[in-house]
Amino acid sequence: MEQVQPEIALGGKENILSRVGEAFRRWPIVSIVIISILALVAIFAPLISPQSPIKNSVRDRNAPPFWYTEWYEENPKTTRTYILGADPIGRDVLSRLIHGARISMMVVLVATISGTVVGTGLGMIAGYAGGITDEIITRIVDIWLGLPFILLALIVAVTIGPGILTMMGLLALAAWPAFVRNVRAEVLTLRERDYVALARISGASSFRILMRHILPGVINTVLVIASLRVGQLILTESFLSFLGAGIPPPTPTWGGIIADGREYLRDAWWVSVFAGIAIGLTVLALNFLGDWMRDTFDPRLRQV
Amino acid sequence: MGATIIIFAASRVLGDPTVLLLPEEGYGLDSAELEKARQRLHLDKPVPLQYAFWVGDLLQGDLGQDLGDRHPISTKLRDKLPPTLRLGIAGYILATLIGIPLGVLSAIKRGSVWDIIGRAFALLGQSLPAFWIAILSILIFAVWLEWLPAGTQGEGFSLKHYILPTLTLAWLPAAGYLRLMRSSMLEVLDSEYVKLARAKGVGVNTIIWKHAFKNAAIAPLTFSGLVLAGFITGSVSVEVVFGWPGIARLAVEAVQTNNLTTISVITLMFTLIYVVANFVVDIIYGMIDPRIRYS
Repeated sequence: MEQVQPEIALGGKENILSRVGEAFRRWPIVSIVIISILALVAIFAPLISPQSPIKNSVRDRNAPPFWYTEWYEENPKTTRTYILGADPIGRDVLSRLIHGARISMMVVLVATISGTVVGTGLGMIAGYAGGITDEIITRIVDIWLGLPFILLALIVAVTIGPGILTMMGLLALAAWPAFVRNVRAEVLTLRERDYVALARISGASSFRILMRHILPGVINTVLVIASLRVGQLILTESFLSFLGAGIPPPTPTWGGIIADGREYLRDAWWVSVFAGIAIGLTVLALNFLGDWMRDTFDPRLRQV
Repeated sequence: MGATIIIFAASRVLGDPTVLLLPEEGYGLDSAELEKARQRLHLDKPVPLQYAFWVGDLLQGDLGQDLGDRHPISTKLRDKLPPTLRLGIAGYILATLIGIPLGVLSAIKRGSVWDIIGRAFALLGQSLPAFWIAILSILIFAVWLEWLPAGTQGEGFSLKHYILPTLTLAWLPAAGYLRLMRSSMLEVLDSEYVKLARAKGVGVNTIIWKHAFKNAAIAPLTFSGLVLAGFITGSVSVEVVFGWPGIARLAVEAVQTNNLTTISVITLMFTLIYVVANFVVDIIYGMIDPRIRYS
């Protein structure tokens, strides 16, 4: 599939900046580096983090990052120098960020995979079976997309209690509709292909046809959507944690850390700011990678 | 219809709301009062009947009472809805004013500094969490520079109070508009009729605005439905962080105090707004683009 690459239109000009930009767009080097580092940090969190993410010492409340050397001279009783500062109850922000990466990655990964499997499966069934099955699945997706997800997630988190499993379930629920729609549309054309008809004539079961003949045709789309979804799920997770409907404290989550620092902006800006940068960098890298994958593997998908 | 079932299920079936009324954990009712409350809320009846009562009341315009202070929800909505709508409309206008022109600009000057700025703006807007942007803007403009107020508490409303919330709310939709406008503009500029117009010697500006822009603007318009969905999430973060006295903050507070009647009604209302707005967008879409015909 070749990408629609319009010629430089009306008065655009090439310069060094744009060439650097293009190089980075062609190979998402920065994204891959950031995501790899993040994955390593998440996996080896206990080895890397300077101290336990939940250990607190009241004496170090709101201790600033290491470059505030004056503060550390004025307060010699501080247990140690905190690289990214300490939060309002004296926990190391860096350690919490590192462990938060672990929790967030795990939750979002599980949610993305389950959302992808369910969404793709339903999309294939809807597109292949057609008729009333298709009608029902499409309707459910429409209704689901019309609901204000965040509010619904808040209700659910409160009624069945927040936790890791609740969060995974909620995020998976946020992920699946996009897959259904796009996969269904794709299957609608694939099922009319001759090889599918031949497979059916030669007696292949529907399940076998879906798995062996339809799935390979939609896998590109699925991977692209999944990569574009991951970033949004991280944002959703952090928002729910920020609102207190996420994984309950003292477990560190990025959204939770932002919430911890929110009331102390004047005294300890580092708590909220660094966590936000962590989220921003991660999502930025993922979005960049997703855009690149879409342009490379499935340029017809123009999803915002 | 389907939406009412899901909202009802989420609020009632997943957990027993009577627990919230229990003496110690809930609103401190004793057992006689509790029994009365259960009857009043129809909680003593089977679930399908509860649902029927809820929908029946809604259809008659009775939104029910707040579980906590027992005020009717409708008066609460009347107080809280205008601030949310004002913020939302301001944000929507700003998003359009930023996103569409910047999208056109970065498309016609593809590869230029403008294009890079525009795309960086869009990518950041889609990657940074809105609630964090809100916090950061408070930190920079209210705490450090002391230019603007941090929240809405204090003396009345002024334009100053709107600046930070509106900008925060508008960034994400503006980013979406920008990206869509850019890609659809690029597509149109590459089309045969634009090339023909150029070959005929039509001026560049006429081509951009008369031939290309009109057609390219259709794509962002269809995206308006999604923008609306984004506004709901966006207004939750903005209202919570800035302490905006609107409906989204009421919803979050209702969740935190287990106020299921209030939260169900608000969720339903957001759904209605979304559905109606999508319907309107569909109609406008059909009027602007005559190729679309609904059977």
